[in-house]
Amino acid sequence: MTLLNAVIFLPLAAFLIILALPKDKPEIIRIFSLVASLAVFLVSLGLIGPVWSGTPGKFAIETNQAWIQSPAINYHVALDGISLWLVILATLLTPICVLVSWRSIDKHIKQFFAFLLLLEFGLVGVFCALDFFLFFVFWEVSLVPMYFLIGIWGHDRRIYSAVKFFVYTMAGSMLMLVGIIYLYNLAGTFDYARILGGLQSGAISLSPVEQLWLFLAFFIAFAIKVPLFPLHTWLPDAHVEAPTAGSVMLASVMLKMGTYGLLRFCVPLFPNAARTCSGWIVVLAIIGIVYGALVAMVQPNMKKLVAYSSVSHLGFVVLGIFSFTQQGFDGAVYQMLAHGISTGALFIMVGFLYERRHSLEIASYGGVATPAPWLSTAFMITMLASIGLPVLSNFIGEYLVLQGASLVYFRWTVFAALGVILSACYMLWLYQRVFFGKASEDLTHHMPDLGFREYAIIVPLILIMVWMGTYTQSFIPPISASNAIFLGPLDASREIHVRAMPPHSVPLAGAPVLAAQGELSDAR
Amino acid sequence: MPANFAPSSVDYLRILPEIIMTVAGALIMLLEGWLGENKKRNLSALTFVAFAAALVSAVAANANPGLSFSNMLIVDDFATFFRVLVIAVGILSLFSATQYLKREHAESSEYYALLLFSVTGQCIMATANELIMIFIGLEISSIATYVLAGYLRDDKRNNEAALKYFLLGSFATAFLLYGIAWIYGTTGSTNLSTIRVALLTPGSERNVILAGTAAALMFVGFAFKVSAAPFQIWAPDVYQGAPAPVTLFMSAGPKAAAFAVFLRVFMTAFGPITSRWEPFVWASALLTMIIGNFAALMQTNIKRLLAYSSIAHAGYVMVAIAAHSEIGVAAAMFYLAAYAFMNIGAFAVVTHFSRQGEKFVNVEDLAGLGWKQPVTAGLFALFLLSLIGVPLTGGFFGKFYIFKAALDANLVWLTVLGLLNSAVAAYYYLRILVVMYMKEPGDATLSLQPVGVGIGATLWVAALGTLVLGIFPSVVLNFATASSVLVK
Repeated sequence: MTLLNAVIFLPLAAFLIILALPKDKPEIIRIFSLVASLAVFLVSLGLIGPVWSGTPGKFAIETNQAWIQSPAINYHVALDGISLWLVILATLLTPICVLVSWRSIDKHIKQFFAFLLLLEFGLVGVFCALDFFLFFVFWEVSLVPMYFLIGIWGHDRRIYSAVKFFVYTMAGSMLMLVGIIYLYNLAGTFDYARILGGLQSGAISLSPVEQLWLFLAFFIAFAIKVPLFPLHTWLPDAHVEAPTAGSVMLASVMLKMGTYGLLRFCVPLFPNAARTCSGWIVVLAIIGIVYGALVAMVQPNMKKLVAYSSVSHLGFVVLGIFSFTQQGFDGAVYQMLAHGISTGALFIMVGFLYERRHSLEIASYGGVATPAPWLSTAFMITMLASIGLPVLSNFIGEYLVLQGASLVYFRWTVFAALGVILSACYMLWLYQRVFFGKASEDLTHHMPDLGFREYAIIVPLILIMVWMGTYTQSFIPPISASNAIFLGPLDASREIHVRAMPPHSVPLAGAPVLAAQGELSDAR
Repeated sequence: MPANFAPSSVDYLRILPEIIMTVAGALIMLLEGWLGENKKRNLSALTFVAFAAALVSAVAANANPGLSFSNMLIVDDFATFFRVLVIAVGILSLFSATQYLKREHAESSEYYALLLFSVTGQCIMATANELIMIFIGLEISSIATYVLAGYLRDDKRNNEAALKYFLLGSFATAFLLYGIAWIYGTTGSTNLSTIRVALLTPGSERNVILAGTAAALMFVGFAFKVSAAPFQIWAPDVYQGAPAPVTLFMSAGPKAAAFAVFLRVFMTAFGPITSRWEPFVWASALLTMIIGNFAALMQTNIKRLLAYSSIAHAGYVMVAIAAHSEIGVAAAMFYLAAYAFMNIGAFAVVTHFSRQGEKFVNVEDLAGLGWKQPVTAGLFALFLLSLIGVPLTGGFFGKFYIFKAALDANLVWLTVLGLLNSAVAAYYYLRILVVMYMKEPGDATLSLQPVGVGIGATLWVAALGTLVLGIFPSVVLNFATASSVLVK
């Protein structure tokens, strides 16, 4: 039983225990959920050491245990520099979400916290799984609790949003399942490392057409989750209707499942197809950045505004990944983490406002800074982080992404940087309308400043934002080491590494380099 | 053929399950006259004992597999798998039926006798190695099921269901019989292995058209029984009209047995002409999935919704048949087992919820069940998630193995379309979850009594089966894989 297995299965155990607790004792359920999720977080901190001290970029804390004999499916989990931080992001936000939901969830309390911990189980598992099948299992398992969180405890249009969320993701997952089975039939294994090794050494050969279709099967599943424009339409609905904790988990962790999948699976496994399609994908990512920001600007609803800002920020992540540069990859991962913290904090504070005034409309606020100065200060710092102000977390991620993109094609950077400017516009305008101006009598009456529980939630997040923005060395070395390994075979400055392409095969459009070289063996 | 027609003792051991159930069924009909009204409940205990004994003897018979009764029957792993499955379905439907019959004030011995006879027929189908035996088994099973469908004879819906089922079913069986006659005329035999040999013999090419026609005619008969498109029209009406526990039984037992003979006949006897029937099965599989899933989207009656869902699931199994490989056979077997558990579980909840006279069978009636009876609703949610195909449930692994087999056989488009179909299916199953958990309880939910012992037992066994097949599928899958090598 390694530490990693404990982090994966403790939430599941906590889920089962909560189900067994009596439902008429809400305090016990709340306290137990908090203690359990904090314990998981503390245990997960113990994962940092082994990953740092292990071989840079390689997987650490591995467990590889046969689960099903035929077809051979293994319980294979391990961590590298990328998954480490994503796991910790999930375990950090779960206790915070428990605190956020302390009072705001007042019906079916037992089921709510049970689903929250089941969600943690799925999310942690997704980031550690190194067996395609296991990955798919966790991927789908995380879907069910989120569906219930939105559908039961959400706002008015919760049912529509929950079903839309489920069916959208399901459709993408089914395509991914086809891809996974197809890969299995070629490789005879679900093991990530063996499939990757086989593809890179040429032991498993894919024709360009096969590679393209497989890439698309995985890509669509991940792009729906990210979400990449134009597959993003489920996101504003789900975010707005979900309870605060649901929005936080969705935006901060669940969306990262998509970008993580792109980075871990899509790009390394199908480098040629990824390169072939990268032009299109980058264009979609940039459209997402600008479109998300523009739509966010005109939202009258705070949650919807933050939701669209997520579309914009996640566009940066995709741009970074499909620039195929070290900076782009590092920036993408850093942006994933920074967005997780800052957008999570934004949703939490919108939740604080909602708890006080029971409205998400920007128009029903104004002058909040007068009665609640500390809330306003916390919101301001978070907002500035989200905009990408230097010294705060998002700046590092966005900067690295833009730099990586500029190495490949400078025009991309110009358009993507528009997103940064626009994010300042919509955020500052939001801040101005909500917090400045003269507070009405009624609003002042209903707007106490932060309480003890709220400080406990928001202060750690703000500290992390500052930490991530000022001392990147605490986070980035393992990320870079892992990215360097992914990038090895597909660095933009090298020829693409292809084998077993029959000379007569028709080259894909947009791959003239390949066509010219005919049968490339090892061009490195 | 040996001149000695006297069966040996081994022969009897190999059909002991059928013997036990037939004797028990006949005994129950006799006891009906003797026992007083208050002793009737003992008959359900007797039925249970008969099922249990049949189950044990079916497993025991597998210790000594082989042909019996002049090659008319065969006991192999494949047959044992399906015998155990249909007997288990019989036991589970018995559990939920006892409570139902008491509720409807319709306790009588006929129900139990018919249940036993129907399962007997299905066991014969599972072991049949010869077309006439298949026909006999199918008729025993079907006729008993026709009567069960109309069991509450004063109920109009029951009458309609039984009549429809009987008329259309007889018509389809006639096709099957015609196909049998045709193949007998072509090859001179009704034995599956002999037919295979005849079709493999060089020079039999000119018979391919005749054999193909026979296969087509038999396909009609089987497709009707498994409710595969375009012969699925009867299923929604019959499933909706029949008593809930009978629907529970029909959707699992007869279907599994029909798939067993479908697999055996098409994989052995018609194996040599695979290229002829494969496109038809391909098209039928796709059509079945599409019709089932898209029609289910519109349903408001939960029995009808589950009927269409059951059509869609038949489509998934048809995909496995279209793969025409041993992996496909194993996948179909696994799926039918998983399907039996999850579907029985779902129908058991419907039986429980519908109350006397089946008043509450609309999806909307389930509003708030999640908060009124969390355990029942939780189990129902598990069955629905399994029907959707969410991992860690049997339904997911079943689907996974089927589509893996299909991809192995290069049926890429069928796989993609089939899996996208199951994303569509998620929508109507989710609607039930929505109603259960996200709506305020209505009158139907508030007046609900606690779950009785019988239905409770069905629910828990079905849930256990669904989870075991979902988390430790190897248990069943290894057996299914080993038995997918059919005797040819």
